[in-house]
Amino acid sequence: MIEVSHLTKRYGSRVAVEDLTFTVDKGVVWGFLGPNGAGKSTTMNILAGCLAATEGRVAIGGHDIFEEPLAARRQVGYLPEQPPLYMGMTVREYLSFVARAKGVAVRDLDDQLDHAMAVTGVEEVADRLIRNLSKGFRQRVGVAQAILGDPEVIILDEPTVGLDPLQIVEIRKLIRALGRDHTVILSSHILSEVQAVCDRVLMIHHGRLVASGTPEELEQRFSGQVTYKITAKAMPMEVRQALEYLPGVTSVTAEMGAEGRTEAVIAASDTGPDMDEKLSFALSDRRIPVLRLEREQTSLEDVFLALAQEDGPASEAEDTPRHKRRGRGESA
Amino acid sequence: MTAIYERELDSQLNGLTGYVYGAIMLLFAGIYVMAFNLEGSPDFTSVLYSMKWIALITIPLLTMRSIAEERHQKTDQLLYSLPLGMTRIVMGKYLALVTVMAMPLAVMALYPLALNAAATAGHVALKSAYGALAGYFFLGMTLTAIGLFISSLMENVGLAAGACFLVMLVLHFLTPLARFISSSGAASLIAFGVAAVLFGLILWRATKNGLFALVLTLVLAAALGVCYALWPDSFSGLFAQVLEQLAVFDRFDNFTYDIFDIRSIVYFLSVTGVFLFLTVQAMERRRWAA
Repeated sequence: MIEVSHLTKRYGSRVAVEDLTFTVDKGVVWGFLGPNGAGKSTTMNILAGCLAATEGRVAIGGHDIFEEPLAARRQVGYLPEQPPLYMGMTVREYLSFVARAKGVAVRDLDDQLDHAMAVTGVEEVADRLIRNLSKGFRQRVGVAQAILGDPEVIILDEPTVGLDPLQIVEIRKLIRALGRDHTVILSSHILSEVQAVCDRVLMIHHGRLVASGTPEELEQRFSGQVTYKITAKAMPMEVRQALEYLPGVTSVTAEMGAEGRTEAVIAASDTGPDMDEKLSFALSDRRIPVLRLEREQTSLEDVFLALAQEDGPASEAEDTPRHKRRGRGESA
Repeated sequence: MTAIYERELDSQLNGLTGYVYGAIMLLFAGIYVMAFNLEGSPDFTSVLYSMKWIALITIPLLTMRSIAEERHQKTDQLLYSLPLGMTRIVMGKYLALVTVMAMPLAVMALYPLALNAAATAGHVALKSAYGALAGYFFLGMTLTAIGLFISSLMENVGLAAGACFLVMLVLHFLTPLARFISSSGAASLIAFGVAAVLFGLILWRATKNGLFALVLTLVLAAALGVCYALWPDSFSGLFAQVLEQLAVFDRFDNFTYDIFDIRSIVYFLSVTGVFLFLTVQAMERRRWAA
């Protein structure tokens, strides 16, 4: 649906986005994740046609955004970080203006307005002035204008910034609902948001793409290590002996806990799903009752924090996760 | 384009701007009609001639918000993302401003008829009255295009109004200003040099490209120097002549002398076209450099 190739944007000597290449599939909610100043908004603006790139190509639905800008923009609904709302208009007037400016035919206008207002839940405030609405409702109106004209792609730049927790939950629900009919690209610097809402993640840092995949894939890819916490009814020595030579296990730490139970932490390099079974069988072979077996994976948060704290030049950004992975392996 | 036109018209008429503009125009039109026509001659063109200066106030008032406010409120992001060409967006805005600009003129178009009906000061020559009114409309169109361009360069509405007022002031007094400049060739050269530097500064502000502005200014300065070295005589009085050509307000004067000046209309339309083109370019530039 969206093809971005070798996209670069420079502001004078400052590079905001550098050699960004990725493809976004149809009908998926994509998260564009990165710390503040990573180049997310610049990329969103370029995808929406609001900003020209210095180099590179962006095609939306096969239309080059620079060579066929109108055809490309027709397929995009865009909500910038600050919703572009005319405060002196009512919600209905504003949405009607946007729909007509997007070229919605007069005969379809009412249907489109009703649909957009129903999906975003702004019907109850349809005749109120936008300046009198809460921030949450304004954000919803912003989303409503983005879906007018029935675009294939909806781009939302930091859609939950400044909202209260309840409003955030509501907007996230709305984004998930939009993902059923549209390709949604959502930029955020909030990890939990991307994890809660997105099917796939593009991680950007210093204007460069450093990773892409499902949240689970990224966690696995960057961790390379899984930690298990086991509570067993046996002596620590017995647990250690049962597990330390098991293929895929890199370390076993076992200590005596309360009521004669052993609390063990097992680090495993085998991140596959059947590792749980291997550990369980190894203990049951020695007739050790397992009271608890929990798998703890390195969270996406670890990866994100590593990126956010990385202050090195952009060219080194891609090496960062590998570097962190080695670090974890050594310390384990 | 219709949607943009209607929204702009709505914002002018739902806010105070359109009404304040109309009130100022009709207030002064009333004062001048009372002063000239009710107790004096039946010459309606002198009313319009006297109303030229009002553009110093009304054009900044009318145009200041048009684009500067969009930039300030970040609603320009919506305009940039619409599947509409920038020319259509600018034209939609411009035509809405021209509509508001023309509204009090439509009311004023009734004045000659009313004066003739009242017959207080003799018979008003309708042909010359409406010819002058048409000229005033074309002058207004041109000044509105200039105001819209200035608004497109600014993010602060107050600054846009101030800059527009200054430009209107200079344009209004361009001919008297031209008379202050010595007619010698050297004075013209210096004046052209200063104009080239000012042009360079504006270019720098507009493009944010210092090197480009500097190189272009130096090229202009070098070209001026070469021309002056080759044809020194042709420079005498040249700057004043150029200024007089740029005096937009004075182009209206012929209409008040009972001349329906087609050349001036072509001039007004050309200047309007140039400034609308520049507005589109200024908006597009932001897409490239924002």
